[in-house]
Amino acid sequence: MSAMDFQALLPLLVLAIGATLLMLQIAWLRKPGLTGALAALVLVLAALSCRFAAETAPLQVTPLLLADRYALLFCTLFCLAAAVTALLSRDYVSRGDEPEEFFLLLILATMGACVLAYAVHVASLLLGLELLSVSLYTLIAYPNKSILPLEAAVKYLVLSGAASATALFGFALLYAATGALGFSAIGQALGETSTGQGVLLPAAVMIFAGLAFKLSVVPFHLWTPDVYDGAPAPVTGFLASVAKGAVFVVLLRLFLDADLFRYYRLVEVTGLLAIISMVAGNLLALLQANIKRMLAYSSIAHMGYLLIVLMVCTNAANQALAVEAAIYYLVAYTATTLAAFGLLTLISCDPSGRENIQLQQVSGLFWRQPLLACLMLVALLSLAGIPLTAGFIAKFYLVNAAVSGHHWVLLFSLVLGSGIGIYYYLRVIYYMTRRPEEHGAEQEPISDWRGRILSGLLIASILLLGVAPGSLMQYLRAILH
Amino acid sequence: MSMLVLILILLAGGLVAWQAERLHPDLPRWAALGVVVIALLFLLYSLPAAPVSLAADPLAGHWLLHLKLAWIPRFGIALELAMDGLSLVLVVLTLLLGLVAIASSWSEIDFKPGLFQANLLWTLAGVCGVFLALDLFLFFLFWEVMLIPMYLLIAIWGHENKSYAAMKFFIFTQASGLLMLLAIVVLAWQGLAADGRLSFSYFDLLGLELDPRLAWWTMLGFFLAFAVKLPAFPFHTWLPDAHTQAPTAGSVLLAGILLKTGAYGLLRFCIPLFPEASMQFAPVAMGLGVAGVIYGAVLAFAQSDFKRLVAYSSVSHMGFVLLGLYAWNQLALQGAVMQMVAHGVSTAALFMLAGALQHRLHTRDMGRMGGLWHQAPRMGACAMFFAVASLGLPGLGNFVAEFLVLLGLFAVQPWLAAVAALGLVTAAIYSLWMLQQAFQGAPDEWREMADFDAREMLAMAVMMVALLWLGLYPQPVLDLAQPVIESLQGLAPGANTVLALATDAAGSRS
Repeated sequence: MSAMDFQALLPLLVLAIGATLLMLQIAWLRKPGLTGALAALVLVLAALSCRFAAETAPLQVTPLLLADRYALLFCTLFCLAAAVTALLSRDYVSRGDEPEEFFLLLILATMGACVLAYAVHVASLLLGLELLSVSLYTLIAYPNKSILPLEAAVKYLVLSGAASATALFGFALLYAATGALGFSAIGQALGETSTGQGVLLPAAVMIFAGLAFKLSVVPFHLWTPDVYDGAPAPVTGFLASVAKGAVFVVLLRLFLDADLFRYYRLVEVTGLLAIISMVAGNLLALLQANIKRMLAYSSIAHMGYLLIVLMVCTNAANQALAVEAAIYYLVAYTATTLAAFGLLTLISCDPSGRENIQLQQVSGLFWRQPLLACLMLVALLSLAGIPLTAGFIAKFYLVNAAVSGHHWVLLFSLVLGSGIGIYYYLRVIYYMTRRPEEHGAEQEPISDWRGRILSGLLIASILLLGVAPGSLMQYLRAILH
Repeated sequence: MSMLVLILILLAGGLVAWQAERLHPDLPRWAALGVVVIALLFLLYSLPAAPVSLAADPLAGHWLLHLKLAWIPRFGIALELAMDGLSLVLVVLTLLLGLVAIASSWSEIDFKPGLFQANLLWTLAGVCGVFLALDLFLFFLFWEVMLIPMYLLIAIWGHENKSYAAMKFFIFTQASGLLMLLAIVVLAWQGLAADGRLSFSYFDLLGLELDPRLAWWTMLGFFLAFAVKLPAFPFHTWLPDAHTQAPTAGSVLLAGILLKTGAYGLLRFCIPLFPEASMQFAPVAMGLGVAGVIYGAVLAFAQSDFKRLVAYSSVSHMGFVLLGLYAWNQLALQGAVMQMVAHGVSTAALFMLAGALQHRLHTRDMGRMGGLWHQAPRMGACAMFFAVASLGLPGLGNFVAEFLVLLGLFAVQPWLAAVAALGLVTAAIYSLWMLQQAFQGAPDEWREMADFDAREMLAMAVMMVALLWLGLYPQPVLDLAQPVIESLQGLAPGANTVLALATDAAGSRS
């Protein structure tokens, strides 16, 4: 490997070295504040190193990894999101015993997500996926004294393990049929060989089911509400934004590189699942009084919106716009989800170890914690796709992409789903604005300067993405064309 | 630039009013008052003497101000604001009713007055943006953004059933708005197919050659959004709840100006962008208009809640606007514009009255009022004035408006005009009924009730003068609107021929 190869992989190297350093530091001195700060530093450094790595892009490093700007953009995003998570969760995990390893696992999970962003080969896909998932199992169970996180972790372990195994089997079948494991090699081989067509269908079904499970697309969504509910709030935020984003990134890359759009039936099934996810996710979210469960169902709906992109990609003329839309959507969704779960983290830091995630518990938040309530307000409006927020521009992108491909049914499902969605997002806002006389005296949430700065940053980034999206759009165009 | 500054004044003023609360609880309302006065003076100051001409644009209307700044080049979206006579009239109405709204909330709000005034000002900013935006994306942005402060006004400071009302208001407008967004994007992509570049500018999208079927569906997307806001007959159900539950200032803004954004959207966007489809659709729209006129009036008569009655009367009066717009001839359009202004003023006054009554009596139930004239003669006189204004007494603005609409409508759809005229009769019934119930008769219980004070009388007097002026000398408003109406009619020519077809079709059906 040349120096350039190392430069291209710099973010991964920074994360790996950072993880090692963190481990040594924990062995030396147990101090959660220090570990948290160090972890955030490592993650920010990794994010910054993406800029440096971009100078060599695009560069194929070994057959497994491709360091192009698409990968590096998402590496930056994932590292920043993880840094925010690290800072948010400091107070949250500090109330338990031995919270230091939490940050170590967080860095490892982020590394898994970054490998997925780089992956152009089935082997790297599986490596990244497992690194991400295994770290997540532990992260979910981290507050080890309570029953809910344990239940969530076991559920996620069993189901996610099964999904990974299914996908792995699917890839094995694919390998049997094509003899290739690199994404573009698979694409070529699919075009050339005519033997072994019989196993292609089961292979496609298994791979797609495995990945759709990680994205929690209906009907593979059943784990979502329980895991979201049981996992500690900062981990849920990470799971919802980074873990799902990384899987979508690699799914999109697989579809594009292997040109799976030629199998129209497969894409049609994707479209169908998108529609079901949009409608079912939104409808089920209506029934929830628990904000985390509500956000879980809403994330199902959002993955449905995102799947529209795959359908649009079938037409080569609109592919660039669709990919642009997907990237913008993922960026906006990551910022928004982090903000929403960030709020839940910040109001759940009380020493009792109980999470404040019921609608009742945010009642009157506007008058108790204006800044935090504004954070939630902006996040919810962004999820609902109201203008001036990142979510609106993202949805606007999707609508443009879908209109360019004349996908009317998908568009109407999008409109219907968003229409339903307004209700449950607004309900949270309504609870937050209830007057003091309408709710009983509640806990006073702890919020220090760190929480305030983070909230300010998240609010600013969501609004900035919504008001001045021009520069990111230009960048996306530059890297895709 | 001055239009952008106007909106920024209101937005920044909201922040000032919000923070002013920290210094003194009375300060926000003074700050809000100051901000709106400054905005109004700034607007009058920045008006040019002569219309600017948009040389590049063949469809140029008579624009007083025009501003275009690049914003999101990826989609050809610009920060494009423009003002012609119609926008000017509506923006002035918005700011004036903003003053009325602040006056009506002067002593009513004791919970977080700063945030209240801030939301009020932000609503005004959003509405001004709607009246000024000529980029469809920007228009949609203002269209949606103005909902949020309005939602908060209802949800935080509303009455007993506020959560339901606020939610219904938001969902109705937002869901229909999404359809409009869809229609906007489809239209823009048609523009891309036609001239090879994506643009959301009004001027670029006017006069596109559209496939009739596509035009029909796209037009429906726009129409639905505007019809919900207007509100037209089957989409009006959010209105009585929202108006009744909103705080007084919220009702004033809702009835006075938010409803007008729907009418404005139809006039500025829906019909000129899709002339053929709109003219095909005109009979249906006019049918909905007539249905709204009659249905609103009948339901208004059935109400015992003062605010609900006024709310249903709004449905009835806005039906006239819909009729005037889709009759699409000069007289009817002038009538529709007049109705937008006159109804804005008269309904705002009635809601202010209703709010004042509720503040004093803690009820809106007219069954528990009666004989109030003895206790509060000034209030009674004001109620009398605005009730007869609302029923269309000659000499006041509403009469001019409804008369013009009926006159214009008679030329195209005489039978519909005849039925719509019934609305005038029913208006007399429910207005006088309201007056009788609340103010006349013997006082059934003795209560201590303060009459209007100087501040309230001042607000009322301003609105009375406005209505008298509109009724006795409507020419200035008509002169401002006339060139706009002419150029809009120029954009959708062939209206009369299509209308003739529509009449024929209606004739042959009967």
